[in-house]
Amino acid sequence: MTAVENKEAKMGFFKEMIYNNPVFGLYLGICSVLAITTTITNAIGMGMAVIVVLVLSNILVSLIAPITPDEIHIPVYIVIIASLVTIVGMVMQAYMPSLYSSLGAFIDLIVVNCIILGRAEAFACNHNPLESARDGLMMGLSYTFSVLAMSFIRQVLGTGVLSFTNPLTSTEVFAFRLIPAGYEISVFTTQTGSFLTFAILAALVAAYKNANDRKVAEAEKARKVAAAKAAAEAKKAAAAKAAAAKAEAVKAEAPKAAPAPAAKAEEVKA
Amino acid sequence: MNLFTIFISALLINNVILSKFLGMCPFMGVSTKLDSAVGMGLAVTFVIFGASVISWFLYYYALVPLGLEYMELICFILLIASFVQFVEMFVKKSSPGLYKSLGIFLPLITTNCAVLYVAQDNITQGYSLIETMVNSVAVPLGFMLMLVIFATIRERLNGNDVPESFRGNPIAFIVAAIMAIAFTAFAGLV
Repeated sequence: MTAVENKEAKMGFFKEMIYNNPVFGLYLGICSVLAITTTITNAIGMGMAVIVVLVLSNILVSLIAPITPDEIHIPVYIVIIASLVTIVGMVMQAYMPSLYSSLGAFIDLIVVNCIILGRAEAFACNHNPLESARDGLMMGLSYTFSVLAMSFIRQVLGTGVLSFTNPLTSTEVFAFRLIPAGYEISVFTTQTGSFLTFAILAALVAAYKNANDRKVAEAEKARKVAAAKAAAEAKKAAAAKAAAAKAEAVKAEAPKAAPAPAAKAEEVKA
Repeated sequence: MNLFTIFISALLINNVILSKFLGMCPFMGVSTKLDSAVGMGLAVTFVIFGASVISWFLYYYALVPLGLEYMELICFILLIASFVQFVEMFVKKSSPGLYKSLGIFLPLITTNCAVLYVAQDNITQGYSLIETMVNSVAVPLGFMLMLVIFATIRERLNGNDVPESFRGNPIAFIVAAIMAIAFTAFAGLV
């Protein structure tokens, strides 16, 4: 456990995001990813909602886990998550009504997002609140990063315009046209484009992981070969040393053995 | 809206997987074999129908009179979780054969977002009891239809030479993309 954690800590932010990516690596919570990534505004809104729920639920679960009987821990976690989602949903409905209506039912469906229950089960229930909050933030950021990447591709290719709307005031913050009008590929705004973008991004993550794993495996192999070589050499040297020592011992014994009969002979003479 | 329209639109036009993207986790997880796809489809159909109808009664006969509509989400998810647990226990006791074939899918259904979605959708659309029943049968049937079609495609896919990075789930998403194109043909049906 500690070795794995040390390795994770060493991996660095970017690598950790790719390796432990809940969306493209583990395929968790993909329903909302596929559905809401039509615009960057939606992606950021959803990402923020997930981060808030995930961090708070991780903290609450880590506090409550020691006193929860084992048989009912899932319902307890679900109630915590559902209450948090209800609160987040109400806040969004009050202050960002346009964002709330465009995200639709998917805010409520954060309750059954596997990432949140998964982190509660796998991490928060046996770690302290601070570590759990860090884990929640990390996972939430990975999720946000994933939806952002996907919505960027879909929005730019599908509509040709990169834009962001401030959800609090519903005014456009910026809008650039990156692809001239008439050349956008509108299929990317549909369900088909969603599946396609997801497939390609997941394959890219898999390719990166495969290449990296191969590199690590090769390095490991090279290290092993070198270690084996060193071990063989050390053995050889040891064997040689042992042989030399033996030879020396024999040499040393030989004159010892030789004078013995002489001494005996002398004794006899005396 | 008449019942037939509700049925067709939930089954084909607004297919729960291809147009609403719900229930993706079990869709990707159990669509590798035809047997498990049928088992999962049946289990989901039963749970969605039962949970939605009970939720409808809970909402209109308990939450509305008490003015607790904002507790909808918490109540529904608890109801679904306990319903699934109850069904699991019941099936285990009453028919071990059925439990063997469906049992492993039941715990997974709690986190199937389609269940919660259908329960909530019936309320937001303002469906009557009959409409709720029709909708809660049509949606999981659409789910099962997709699951079965998809499982047969993936069984064929296993024998093919797929580029290394696309192996497993990514190629399944490509297949889903192509199927989504096919399903857009239903858009003008009703």
